[in-house]
Amino acid sequence: MIEIIIIVLLIFMLIGSIICLETKDLLSSIISITSVGYFGSVIFLLIGAPDIAITQMVVEVLSLIILIRATIRMDLTTIEEDRDFFGLIGTLALIFVFFILGMEAIRYLPKFGTPSFTLNLQAPSNRYLMNGLKETGAVNIVTSIILDYRGYDTLGEATILFTSILGALAILRVYARKRKEK
Amino acid sequence: MNNNEKGMSIIVKTVTRWIKGFIFLFGLSIVLFGHLTPGGGFPGGVIFAATFILITLAFGKEYVLKKIGKTLASELDSLGALLFLIIATLGIYFSGIFFSNFIEKTHPTGNFKLFSSGIIPLCNISIGMKVGSCLFMIFIIVSVVRVIFEDGKGKLITTEKKDKK
Amino acid sequence: MIYYLCFVLFLIGLYGVTCKKNIVKIILGLCIMEYSVNLFLILLGYRKNGIPPIINKGMEINEFYNKAVDPLPQALVLTSIVIGLGILSLMVAIAIRLYQRYGTFDITEMKKLKG
Repeated sequence: MIEIIIIVLLIFMLIGSIICLETKDLLSSIISITSVGYFGSVIFLLIGAPDIAITQMVVEVLSLIILIRATIRMDLTTIEEDRDFFGLIGTLALIFVFFILGMEAIRYLPKFGTPSFTLNLQAPSNRYLMNGLKETGAVNIVTSIILDYRGYDTLGEATILFTSILGALAILRVYARKRKEK
Repeated sequence: MNNNEKGMSIIVKTVTRWIKGFIFLFGLSIVLFGHLTPGGGFPGGVIFAATFILITLAFGKEYVLKKIGKTLASELDSLGALLFLIIATLGIYFSGIFFSNFIEKTHPTGNFKLFSSGIIPLCNISIGMKVGSCLFMIFIIVSVVRVIFEDGKGKLITTEKKDKK
Repeated sequence: MIYYLCFVLFLIGLYGVTCKKNIVKIILGLCIMEYSVNLFLILLGYRKNGIPPIINKGMEINEFYNKAVDPLPQALVLTSIVIGLGILSLMVAIAIRLYQRYGTFDITEMKKLKG
């Protein structure tokens, strides 16, 4: 039953992403990509990941605001593009090759509904689930993983976030400094 | 009200004035109860950022830059990262392992309590502070900077530079 | 079936990155690829009739172990989503800068970018 719901939501995501890429109006394409994110959030809620659902929902709102502030302020909101026919054929052939290889790869995955940690008893998730409450005291196992077992990952994440703001600040500041020198 | 002209209409401003505290408290509860319920530092921090972005959109940039400013946001950002590192390094001092959980892990009366899992709530608070101020700063950087066309050439003007002049 | 649809979503994002000429569309294509990868990682950890990896009061640890979904991909994706927002804003900053320099979002008209 839940698989059918997930398949329907995924088809909606596909439709939304195709609309997002093919429409001429930039505002409607940004809104349709936000709808894709919200469908993803509903799927996360259905398959037992409420942490991810909350985060995805809130991040969608912020990214919508940032994208709109970035693009709508500019004067041109609609686009026209002519297509290079041979280039399109070439990239579609490349994507088709990717598709065939991916089909081959997906056949080797475990079936949907049986995660790999149940097949392999050496997997770390077994220990996290069994001893997580005893070893860290946190009831939410996801929090105990990101802040206790794998704290280095979170430290790296903080570093990446810091670097990305520094990069954005540096990129948007260069022009002002050039004007001062002139 | 002095700045009636800037920002949005008076309805939006009044609703924002009522609602901003509740949104902030919701983010705070998501951060503080991150080890008991779904949530944690990341979504809570994004909700903090959303509060300030709501104020920015409703009252205009100048109001927020005067009240909060980019320097406070960057200081909070660095403070959150530093707090996280200090907590991680104290683990070496107490038990010899980076990121070790050195505070007592279980509450005397059992689990499912707010102060129950050692350093995890403290780490959640620092991560929430860092993510919130970081995303707010990203929003300021992207949105305050704007393009003004003079003679067909784009010029970059920030509100900060105006203040300096 | 579900994995195949997820993979098709990834390919749509790849099409957007490679074929589109507007820089905003390229950014949106990267966003779609990111969604599909996050979704795929979470779907890999799903267990049939699984419960979220949060222990309820009064639940035995063995019963929880036999029912819960995989928590490890969730922890990795949680950081990845927030990083995605940071990277999105970095790309938006680059797009704004290019717009100020060239006055357009079309990458074929930016002459100096051609290698």
